[in-house]
Amino acid sequence: MGGAVSGRTTGFSNPVERIDPSTPVGDTVTATTCYMCACRCGIRVHVKDGRLRYIEGNPDHPVNRGVLCGKGSAGIMQHYSPARLSKPLLRSGPRGSGDFKEIEWEEALGIAAGWLRNIRATDPKKLAFFTGRDQSQSFTGWWAKQFGTPNFAAHGGFCSVNMAAAGLYSVGGSFWEFGDPDWDRAKYFVMFGVAEDHDSNPIKTGLAKLKARGAKFVSVNPVQTGYSAIADEFLGIRPGTDGLFVLALVHELLRTDRIDLDFLVRYTNAAWLVTEAPGTAAHGLFVRDAQGRPLAWDRERGEAIDAATPGMAPQVAGEVHLPDGRTARPVFHLLAERYLDGAYAPDSVADRCGIPAGTIRRIAREMAAVAFDDPIVLDQPWTDASGRRHETMLGRPVAMHAMRGISAHSNGFHTCRAIHLLQMLLGAVDTPGSWRYKSPFPRPIPPGALPVGKGAQPNTPMPGMALGFPRGPEDLLIEDDGSAVRIDKAFTWDAPLALHGLMQTVIANAHAGDPYKIDTLFMYMANMAWNSAMNPGDAARMLTDKDPATGEYVIPHVIYADAFSSEMVAHADLVFPDTTYLERWDCISLLDRPIGSPEGPADSIRQPVLPPDRDVRPFQDVLLDLGARLGLPGFVAEDGKPAYRDYADYIVNHQRGPGIGPLAGFRGADGTAAGVGAPNPDQLQRYIENGAFWAHHHPPEALYYKHANAAYLAEAKALGLIGSTAQIVLQLYSEPLQKFRLAAEGHGPVQPPDTHRDRVRRAFDPLPIWYPPLEQGSGPQAAYPLFAITQRPMAMYHSWHSQNAWLRQIYGANRLYMHRGTARALGIADDDWVWAISRTGRVKCQVKLMEGVNPDTVWTWNAIGKRSGAWALSPDAPESTKGFLLNHVITEFLPERGGVRHANADPVTGQAAWYDLRVRIEKAEAPGETLPRPATLPRPSGQPPAPGILRFGAPAADPAPTQAAE
Amino acid sequence: MNPSFSVVFLTTMSGAGYGMLAWLGILNALGMLPRTGTFGLPAVAVALALTVAGLLASTFHLGRPERAWRAISQWRTSWLSREGVMALATFLPATGFAVAWAALGGGATATVVLGLLAAACGLLTVASQAMIYASLKPVRQWHNAAVLPNFLLLAAFSGVACIAAMAMFWQPGAARIAAALGVLGGVAALAAKLSYWRRIDRSQPVATIESATGLGFLGAVRSLELPHTEENYLLREMGFAVGRKHARRLRRIAVTVGFAAPIVLLAVGLLGAGALLLPLAAAAALTGIYVERWLFFAEATHTVTLYYGRPS
Amino acid sequence: MTAIPQPGAKRLGLVIDLDTCVGCHACAVNCKEWNTSGHAAPLTDFQPYAAQQDGVWLNRVHTYEAGTSDGGNGVTSRTVHFPRSCLHCAEPACVTVCPTGASYKRAEDGIVLVNADICIGCKLCSWACPYGAREFDADQGVMRKCTLCIDRIYNETIPEKERVPACVKTCPAQARHFGDLGDPESAVSILVAERGGFDLMPEMGYRPTNKYLPPRQRKPAAAPPAEAPPTPDGGNKLLRWIDRALSR
Ligand SMILES: Nc1nc2c(c(=O)[nH]1)N[C@H]1C(S)=C(S)[C@@H](COP(=O)(O)OP(=O)(O)OC[C@H]3O[C@@H](n4cnc5c(=O)[nH]c(N)nc54)[C@H](O)[C@@H]3O)O[C@H]1N2
Ligand SMILES: Nc1nc2c(c(=O)[nH]1)N[C@H]1C(S)=C(S)[C@@H](COP(=O)(O)OP(=O)(O)OC[C@H]3O[C@@H](n4cnc5c(=O)[nH]c(N)nc54)[C@H](O)[C@@H]3O)O[C@H]1N2
Ligand code: SF4
Ligand code: SF4
Ligand code: SF4
Ligand code: SF4
Ligand code: SF4
Ligand SMILES: [Mo]
Repeated sequence: MGGAVSGRTTGFSNPVERIDPSTPVGDTVTATTCYMCACRCGIRVHVKDGRLRYIEGNPDHPVNRGVLCGKGSAGIMQHYSPARLSKPLLRSGPRGSGDFKEIEWEEALGIAAGWLRNIRATDPKKLAFFTGRDQSQSFTGWWAKQFGTPNFAAHGGFCSVNMAAAGLYSVGGSFWEFGDPDWDRAKYFVMFGVAEDHDSNPIKTGLAKLKARGAKFVSVNPVQTGYSAIADEFLGIRPGTDGLFVLALVHELLRTDRIDLDFLVRYTNAAWLVTEAPGTAAHGLFVRDAQGRPLAWDRERGEAIDAATPGMAPQVAGEVHLPDGRTARPVFHLLAERYLDGAYAPDSVADRCGIPAGTIRRIAREMAAVAFDDPIVLDQPWTDASGRRHETMLGRPVAMHAMRGISAHSNGFHTCRAIHLLQMLLGAVDTPGSWRYKSPFPRPIPPGALPVGKGAQPNTPMPGMALGFPRGPEDLLIEDDGSAVRIDKAFTWDAPLALHGLMQTVIANAHAGDPYKIDTLFMYMANMAWNSAMNPGDAARMLTDKDPATGEYVIPHVIYADAFSSEMVAHADLVFPDTTYLERWDCISLLDRPIGSPEGPADSIRQPVLPPDRDVRPFQDVLLDLGARLGLPGFVAEDGKPAYRDYADYIVNHQRGPGIGPLAGFRGADGTAAGVGAPNPDQLQRYIENGAFWAHHHPPEALYYKHANAAYLAEAKALGLIGSTAQIVLQLYSEPLQKFRLAAEGHGPVQPPDTHRDRVRRAFDPLPIWYPPLEQGSGPQAAYPLFAITQRPMAMYHSWHSQNAWLRQIYGANRLYMHRGTARALGIADDDWVWAISRTGRVKCQVKLMEGVNPDTVWTWNAIGKRSGAWALSPDAPESTKGFLLNHVITEFLPERGGVRHANADPVTGQAAWYDLRVRIEKAEAPGETLPRPATLPRPSGQPPAPGILRFGAPAADPAPTQAAE
Repeated sequence: MNPSFSVVFLTTMSGAGYGMLAWLGILNALGMLPRTGTFGLPAVAVALALTVAGLLASTFHLGRPERAWRAISQWRTSWLSREGVMALATFLPATGFAVAWAALGGGATATVVLGLLAAACGLLTVASQAMIYASLKPVRQWHNAAVLPNFLLLAAFSGVACIAAMAMFWQPGAARIAAALGVLGGVAALAAKLSYWRRIDRSQPVATIESATGLGFLGAVRSLELPHTEENYLLREMGFAVGRKHARRLRRIAVTVGFAAPIVLLAVGLLGAGALLLPLAAAAALTGIYVERWLFFAEATHTVTLYYGRPS
Repeated sequence: MTAIPQPGAKRLGLVIDLDTCVGCHACAVNCKEWNTSGHAAPLTDFQPYAAQQDGVWLNRVHTYEAGTSDGGNGVTSRTVHFPRSCLHCAEPACVTVCPTGASYKRAEDGIVLVNADICIGCKLCSWACPYGAREFDADQGVMRKCTLCIDRIYNETIPEKERVPACVKTCPAQARHFGDLGDPESAVSILVAERGGFDLMPEMGYRPTNKYLPPRQRKPAAAPPAEAPPTPDGGNKLLRWIDRALSR
């Protein structure tokens, strides 16, 4: 009995309950950062009698302001999960069998160091190091760089790279977790394809704010659940057609001339001149002066001058003739011409996207009415990047947000660009009431770093971090013979703007030895043998395949670091057991994916709340140890000893550049420097005192128009967020894309192979386009008439939480949801078992009928299905008998065409096209169990049996036995 | 509602026991039973044994049987508490009744008074028991005027059938009177039961998913997702549902075994072969009423199921 | 005492906004987390890692669909998330049926509680509650229900601002409000009045304290502003911008 209430038994008469108002929640309370998902909320953890008592949101924390989601609230069950790994494991049976023996850390580290040392001394690229839901990518990436392998990336390639790339090449920031609607001021909010996103709590809180203010919230989504359920208007779009819808809005705004031309000429490249020279290598490139500055036509001067000239009178339409005889047109001209075409009219697209033309026209009118008839004018003087002072800040209070409903389609890059185009036309980028950059964005377009990976040498670090931002074909990572530099073929003609790598291709490529064979696959926090594989059956097969000639595994070594007995653990040779998030130091760094907000930069830490009670080590400590054993530069001091005691020591003392370290707050010897400053030995203590985070607030004049706000740009530079104070000009028209297209058209030294020319030429349109998702173009559609997609359940994070005693009660199995009318036509009743059949396979599942779903769409919750025996669940747990993965019928490849098998991915970024899936539904013969159902995995040795009853929190004196979760 | 064995058994057995006790008190007062204590003592003892068996079984239903004594504290508001109080209270006159009968004979004033007192207490206990159910608004099959007479008539019927069976071995004449009452009681109880069934079959749900959620203004309401994917206490306890066909069959069994058969056996037993037929009648009545009581729970629906998209 | 106290002036309870609830289950899980070591400790879980996993929860979140779709792409049904916990009724039969007095309603604030030290686990209160707000813990043998976080809201060791039920503090969508519904001037009462807060199953006569706020009617289409003249068909559609005087 928590102590606050005590019962006094007074014989026969009833005990009087006395509420004791003075018992504290726990003995201690520790501020740290939640890691039940990637949202990074601040938490306060109460510990009583050495056990977790209560985890609550930290009211002071900038991310969650005291709220905590369902997952975060179940942290106690994560921490005491019976699925936790407890000791390093070495495979003792065949790979995939799940048979392991426990070994000591020294042996485990020795084995890994042995394999890695050999690779590094011979051919470092034979190490593929890929991480999943990692929040220490600046550290893991640096380790890979110092090791000398180009083969590093995290999971972004199958997650959201379409959003990142489209945003970073258009507006210098992106949706996803790098931008926020102006929740406090927006009057009209459109959300495309979001069920949850990484801003899990902030979005919910933001939507509540919108509702409280009476703003209109429109959700564009095939499924009316979650956020869409509370939208003021729900548009049940057909999957993969948002681009049509958005470009029809663009058409309407142009047709009715309801666009913000002042914004366009000041802040975008609308007036930049584009060379008109079809067939030449200059066609479609910006007209530039000798210094390389883009030019615009000044109507008053009658000449093309530096487009950045303050006060010039730019011409935005009409052909201009340059002194050298070339003709050119402004960007705006090209885009207006394109989108005014009848092909983009609402009536032309309505049928395909499933939204009536009248609705599209009305939405366009509503947006324009809010933006232009009801703007926000803040009484806030500011100075723009050209030095002009403005007395007020003008806001177009139309905000947008989009995520994987856009991103996970093979046309997602362009669709996302189309949304950014729409925002720019409305003048609704980082203005009051619109979508806003979250620090450390905006960044130059595209950001500066180039991908690095060519010329890996034994025992030599790479010259830079692996991932970067190509500006054109020359920046691709292709060997002279045309083969890929990287194992995942990122930055090749398959996926030129694969900014986040292509984790989803690693296993298949390594298995095929294409572009080369690797020696060791080293993964961290990614369940690649199950829910993050596009076809788990194939992934498992490739991981366990042996070379018939040698009898050795085709992928010789697999090292994996996980905290729990996931499906992937069973497919490793060597397993490093990680701690739980309440047992380690972490840092959510500005060098990585920080917690910055539109108000300013912020970062945070995790600190150990409890000591580990098992023989586990934080993975970051393991990497430091391995780095030191391998003698990686930076990981060893001059005396050859490890440079860092542990990750906490690294967080404080590592410097990426002079004065720049993992944490930006409380720097300098006295802890007063922000952003840039010498390491501060007391830094972690200062973070702890501050609630485990640091946040800097820009002054009010720097809060909007950050791409062109002098005060902001100056401060961002001083904080080390950007390298220059130059205005960041938003790119309606993308010249880097045109450069790739020119290469496809036969220009320049680096050109795609003939097999890819047409695809690249079409996909690299410098203005947003729409094309049907590639899967649809890949075969007869009648056989697979329905779209099949997944959604994230709000109370479950991927595969993490089936082991969580509380969360698995909420989502213990998943159904296939379909429209009642569609089901009726197929003779399917509620609760029937059906086969969902795709081009490549079939999965058996149980249906649930509903009405709030696009009739051409079926969907299910993501990653609820589990392999029997994994996650310390009993073999007959509903997660494996009824729960299913749609992934079983997805595939990483499109059907072969003209000798090539393209990835089932966006042709620009390589983003995995999960939601392009098409299926047909057939009634299954006998009801019962899901299929396929791979063999039951054994419980890893050393893992204690899971308790049959949990009495967590039972008072110690309770008469009932208190065995429970501890 | 979940027809848990302990509650079904409790109400069946204690109903018969209190019914028997009530009849013993009344019939003794009317001089229609053997006056000898060798009948009175075992008869009252059997009646009490039936109630005790029921009450003991009911403690299995409790999560904390060791605290069962606490259940008598809230007699001012709780019918369950009243039932407990009355059940305990009944023991006093009932024991006195038995002792007086044994010591002084059935005709003694003390015996008659104590017997009538015990009868009253027994009937009040049954009535309290009925009111436990009849007072529960969320269960429309229980919250109606038919439940109280049903419980009383069924107790009376099964009780008198038991007396008839027993008396047969002491004084066939008395047994015949009891059997005759049993026939009448059986017909009345059957009529009450049939009308109860007709009533619940016709009664409209007290609430709807629309009123339960308050969402009716949006149109018809359907459950899309349950809070949890597996069954919980609420569904196991309140969501128990018996198939329509199965219920019909069980009703037929209850009518045949619990009413028709005993009525016929009692009637035939009146004419002869009572030593065989009357105990058989009592056994049939108890068995049939057990089935009836099972249905009383199984056919009852609770408003909470509305939240789970199931009918109520 | 099982008898219901004279209605006090103070009636603490929750107001749940069905218009903003996104169905995230945060309230339910945080409730479980707080209470499993709190006044109602423990909230046992059965078969926590096996089939038929089940446990005691004081708050559960449903999802309903209301209205019907036209079967075409224009979905007209509504999806509504619906958290369900004890409503701290003014006429709580769950209290009056209790034979032991374990179930009681506090005179001072109207909170309905179970005193687990004397509950015999007869389950009758759970039968008497129309709303399914009571859950039996078969392991502990006693009844559990929402405590309105009595051990939070009066706990002086918790900062005053945070002395609200766990589910209210944690709700990311601010869909849960806590206050005195007996006071017509309280923020919650005003909210209920303004938004047309309603009782669940009023026909049962339990007079719940907690209120639900209805999903708002969908925004009617903004008054369509006069449409700007469409681009003249034929001719140069870009003409109107060619001479547009702009300044960078
Ligand atoms: N059908 C379908 N498939 C999808 C998606 C989809 O929408 N539909 N989404 C895709 C996307 S966007 C993503 S990002 C992926 C995600 O898929 P994955 O990246 O595979 O992520 P998770 O399943 O979350 O789990 C990764 C592993 O992290 C482990 N882990 C958890 N906590 C810790 C810890 O503290 N330390 C360590 N070392 N390990 C830990 C877990 O045990 C788990 O094994 O799924 C992809 N797969
Ligand atoms: N609770 C929870 N939170 C998470 C995660 C989790 O597993 N659980 N995972 C995290 C990760 S790794 C990621 S990547 C993010 C992803 O977060 P979200 O972007 O919210 O990802 P999804 O759940 O895949 O939701 C995509 C939404 O798009 C809709 N959709 C599908 N196709 C289309 C389409 O063509 N057009 C439109 N308009 N909509 C479409 C789907 O119905 C769904 O509602 O969430 C993160 N946050
Ligand atoms: S959204 Fe939830 S799980 Fe994710 S960090 Fe925040 S509280 Fe934790
Ligand atoms: S926490 Fe709030 S939004 Fe989430 S389910 Fe509960 S009431 Fe709804
Ligand atoms: S909701 Fe149920 S448990 Fe709560 S007071 Fe009302 S009747 Fe009692
Ligand atoms: S279960 Fe406990 S609280 Fe409920 S009625 Fe019985 S004794 Fe009272
Ligand atoms: S008030 Fe407290 S006990 Fe009641 S539902 Fe909310 S968190 Fe649970
Ligand atoms: Mo993701």
